Amino acid sequence: MTMQLTVWTYEGPPHVGAMRVATGMQGLHYVLHAPQGDTYADLLFTMIERRDRRPPVTYTTFSARDLGGDTAELFKTAARNAYQRFQPQAMIVGASCTGSLIQDDPGGLARALELPIPVVTVDLPAYQRKENWGAAETFYQLVRALAGPSAPPPGTKRPARSAGVRPRCNLLGATALGFRHRDDVAEITGLLSLLGIDVNVTAPMGGTPADLKRLGDADFNVVLYPEIAGLAASWLQRTFGQPSTRSIPIGVSATREFIAEVANLAGVDPTAVLAECSTRLPWYSRSVDSTYLTGKRVFIFGDATHVVAAARIASDELGFKVVGLGTYSREFGREIREAAKRYDVEPLISDDYLEVEAKVAELQPELVLGTQMERHIAKRLGIPCAVISAPVHVQDFPARYAPQMGFEGANVIFDTWVHPLMMGLEEHLLAMFRDDFEFADGAMPSHLGAGHAEPAGEAPVTLSGPASAPAFVSSGIAVVWAADAERELRKIPFFVRGKARRNTERFANENGVATITIETLYDAKAHFAR
Amino acid sequence: MNVHVQGCAIGVEPSPTHPVRRENGQREVFCGLTGIVWLHRKIQDAFFLVVGSRTCAHLIQSAAGVMIFAEPRFATAIMEEKDLAGLTDANDELDRIVTQLITRRPDIRLLFLVGSCPSEVIKLDLSRAALRLSRDFSPRVRILNYSGSGIETTFTQGEDACLASLVPALPPLGTSEDQLLIVGSLADVVEDQFVRLFEALGIGPVRFLPPRNSTDLPAVGPNTKFLLSQPFLADTARALEERGATRLAAPFPLGVEGTTGWLRAAADAFGVEDTTFVTVTQPYRNRAARALGPYREKLTGRSIFLFPDSQLEIPLARFLSRELSMQLVEVGTPYLHRDHLAEELRLLPGNIPLTEGQDVDLQLDRCRAARPDLVVCGLGLANPLEAEGITTKWSIELVFTPIQGYEQAADLAELFARPLVRRMKLVP
Repeated sequence: MTMQLTVWTYEGPPHVGAMRVATGMQGLHYVLHAPQGDTYADLLFTMIERRDRRPPVTYTTFSARDLGGDTAELFKTAARNAYQRFQPQAMIVGASCTGSLIQDDPGGLARALELPIPVVTVDLPAYQRKENWGAAETFYQLVRALAGPSAPPPGTKRPARSAGVRPRCNLLGATALGFRHRDDVAEITGLLSLLGIDVNVTAPMGGTPADLKRLGDADFNVVLYPEIAGLAASWLQRTFGQPSTRSIPIGVSATREFIAEVANLAGVDPTAVLAECSTRLPWYSRSVDSTYLTGKRVFIFGDATHVVAAARIASDELGFKVVGLGTYSREFGREIREAAKRYDVEPLISDDYLEVEAKVAELQPELVLGTQMERHIAKRLGIPCAVISAPVHVQDFPARYAPQMGFEGANVIFDTWVHPLMMGLEEHLLAMFRDDFEFADGAMPSHLGAGHAEPAGEAPVTLSGPASAPAFVSSGIAVVWAADAERELRKIPFFVRGKARRNTERFANENGVATITIETLYDAKAHFAR
Repeated sequence: MNVHVQGCAIGVEPSPTHPVRRENGQREVFCGLTGIVWLHRKIQDAFFLVVGSRTCAHLIQSAAGVMIFAEPRFATAIMEEKDLAGLTDANDELDRIVTQLITRRPDIRLLFLVGSCPSEVIKLDLSRAALRLSRDFSPRVRILNYSGSGIETTFTQGEDACLASLVPALPPLGTSEDQLLIVGSLADVVEDQFVRLFEALGIGPVRFLPPRNSTDLPAVGPNTKFLLSQPFLADTARALEERGATRLAAPFPLGVEGTTGWLRAAADAFGVEDTTFVTVTQPYRNRAARALGPYREKLTGRSIFLFPDSQLEIPLARFLSRELSMQLVEVGTPYLHRDHLAEELRLLPGNIPLTEGQDVDLQLDRCRAARPDLVVCGLGLANPLEAEGITTKWSIELVFTPIQGYEQAADLAELFARPLVRRMKLVP
C-alpha cells in the first residue's frame, strides 16, 4: 500500500520545514523551484504567526506553458533576481514536490550563477519525508556548509576553556512557526544567564549565516527541539567535539535535570540556581484544591519531545493518569514506545487523524493534551483539551509571554492544562452523582460558559466509536416528583441537576417508588455515591 | 453621484482599449485546488478527492483555515515514492482508495478526481481513471475528473475546471422554450434572492450550475441562455456553448450597477418590457443605493490598489470606482478574459493601469511607491504590508462572502470600509 488517503495532515511537506528554518533566520534567502500555488505556504507565517514580513522565499511559480520551455532558465533568473534584490549572506536552493519531478537540479543551476555568497543545496525527498524532517535536514546542511570550513582536523582534542572566560553554548532548534519557540528561547537564555553561561549563537531562530560560521566557538550545544536540531547537533559533536544536552527542560523535574546537565557541561555550580529558582507548580499541585486533579485520565498526542515531557508532568507533577499517548512523527517512534512502557499503555504512532480520533473516542479520557488537531477532536467529543505541540494555529502565538520550558514554562503549563477542567468544588458535587462517562459528555466546567456545554453539532464519524451505551434504561414506570423534592432538586447546581434527576428517577423506577420525595432524592444520592 | 444605469446602453459602443501591463514573474496566488473549499459546501453530495502530494493536502487545510468538519467531503490521495517510480501501479492504488472512500461514505453521489501539479507532471490520466471507476460505481456514484493544479489553474479557475467537467454530464434540455441558467457558485441566500427577482420579472424557472445537489443537474441545450455570475468561467462557458447554449453578455452582479446590468441582460433576452424591468428592480436599486450611502462617504476619493487574485478584480474595480468613487491606482488580475469582461471594461475609466499576471516583487515596489489608502491582496502579503503602515483587505474574503446582488452591495462596500475604519479607530 503506497498511496495514502489523507483528510487532515499533522505535518506539511519537507520544503515547509526548510521554510521554517529560513524564516526563523535572518540574512538567509530560499529559492524554491515550485509551481504556481505553492506560495500558499507564506500565509502560514504571515497569518498564523502574524509575521510582519514575508518569508524570505522566492518561488519560481512555473506553470504549464513553462514546462514546454526552459524551466531551468526560469530558476536561474529567479535566483539571480533574488540575490540582487535581497542581498542575503547565504542562500538555500531546492525544489518542492512538483519542482523535484522536473529534475532541473537547482543546486547545479545555482552554482552556475557563481554568486559571491555560499549557496547551499537542500535536497528534500518530498514523497517520503515531511515537515520536521525537512527542517532538520535543512538546518544540518546549513550548519555543515557554513561551520564546516572552520572545523579542526579530525581527531583534534577540544582545548580547555581558559580560566576566567565564561562558558558558552549554542541554543539550537527553534524555528519560525514552532510551538512557543519564541518564549522558550527567552526563558532558557535567561536560565543559562543565571547559571553564568553565555549563549554563543541561537539558531535557526534569530541566527544569521555569519552566526552559523562561528557555531564551533561554543563549549557545548543546548538542543531545545531534537526533531529539528538533533541531526545538526550530532554533526557538531563529531566535528567540533561539542557535547549536546539530552534533557528537555519542560516540567519542573526536567528543568532541574537540565540545570544539572548544563552546569556539568559548563563546569559551573548549579546549587544556588536550583535553590533559588522556584515555580508555583509543585505547591499548586499539592494544594488541597488540586485533589480533583488526582487520577484524571489523560490522553497525550503530538511531537515526540512534547509528548514525552507532557506525560511525565501529567503523571509525576500533577498526579494524572496517562491512559494513552502517541506521536505523528515516526522518526521518534522509539522514544514514544519507551515512554508508553513507563505508563503501561499502548503507543499510538500514526499520522492518520481519523485513527487518533478513534483512539480518543475509545479511551474517553477526561483531558486531551494534543495539537490543534486533537483540539478539534476533543471539541467534537466534548472532552476538555489543552494544546502542547505543533501543528499550531494562530492562538498558539499568544500576545503574552507563555513559554513551555523552564520554571515559568511549568507555571504556564499548570494554568493551561488545569483551566479546561472542572474546578475543585464542582468536581466534588459531581462525585455525588457520578457516572463518569455520561458526565464527560454532558457537563462542562461552569467557568467556561454555555458555549462549551455540548459537543459541536456535526457528529464525528469514527471507525470504532465508543462501545458504551447509556446505562440508564427506563422501566416504563411513570414516576412523579413531589413539589418539595422538585424544589430540593433545584438547589443542586445546574450542571449536575440533569444527572441527579435521571439518577433519582432511575433509582425510583428500580425500587418501585411512584412519587419522588426529598427522602428518595437523598436515598438515590447515597445509592449512587459509591 | 448618479450610478444608476437606466436604459443601460451596454453592448453598443466599441470597448475603449485599456493598456494592459503583462507580467511574468513570481505569482503570489493560490492554485485551483483552493476552490474545493467552497465547492464542497455548495454541492452537498459531492466529494473531492485530490490525487496529489502532501503539499496539496497542506494547502487545502491551510486555505480552509479551520477544521470545522470531522470528516470533510474532501481528501487527498497522497502519492508516495513508489507510485512515482512506477513500482506500484498508481491506477491500482487509486482504485483501492476510491473503493475505500465510497464504502466509507455511502452518502456521496458525485466524486471528483482532482488532478494536481504532481499528477499532471507524471501524466497520471485521471479521465481514464474516472471512466474506469464509473463503470464500477455507476449509477450510485458518478465519477468525474478535473485539474486543480497550479500549473494549469490559478485559484478560482479551479471552479471553472470543476464546472466544465460537469457540463458533459448535464442532461439535454427537452423543451422548446428558452431557459435561463445561472453559471457560477453563489451563496444559497444570493441564489434565492435572484430566483425571486427573476420570478418577478416573469423569467423562469431559473436553473443554477452548480446545483446544490448532484441529483439535480440542470438540463442544457440550444434553448439555454446562460448568465455567468462569476468572471472566471471561460472553460465552462465554452463547454456550454458547445452544447448549443448561448451566453448573455453582461457585467457581473457586483454592486447596484453591475446587478442591474446583469439582470437587464436576462430581461432583454427574455423579452421583458422595460417598464416591468424598472418597476421590479427600482425598489431594490433604491434600497441598495441607500445602504451604500454611508460607505460611499467613507470611501470616496480613497485610493485603492488591487493585487491579482480571484479574477474578480475588474468587476470590483468598476464597482469601487463608479459606485463608491474610489481612485484606482492599479488593478491586477491573474488572467484577463477580454470577451467575458467586455461589458466591465467598457464601464471602467479608460486610464486605469491594468496588470495581467504578476511579478510580486515589482508589483510590491509599485504599491509601496504609490502608498494607496487601501490594498486588496492575498493572505501572504497582508500582514507584511500592514506592518509597513499600508491598510489592506484580504482578497480571499471576497470569494468566501456573499457579495453579489442588490442586498449584498452594501456588505461588499463594508468589506472595503472596515480596514479603513479600523485604521482610524486605533490609536497610532
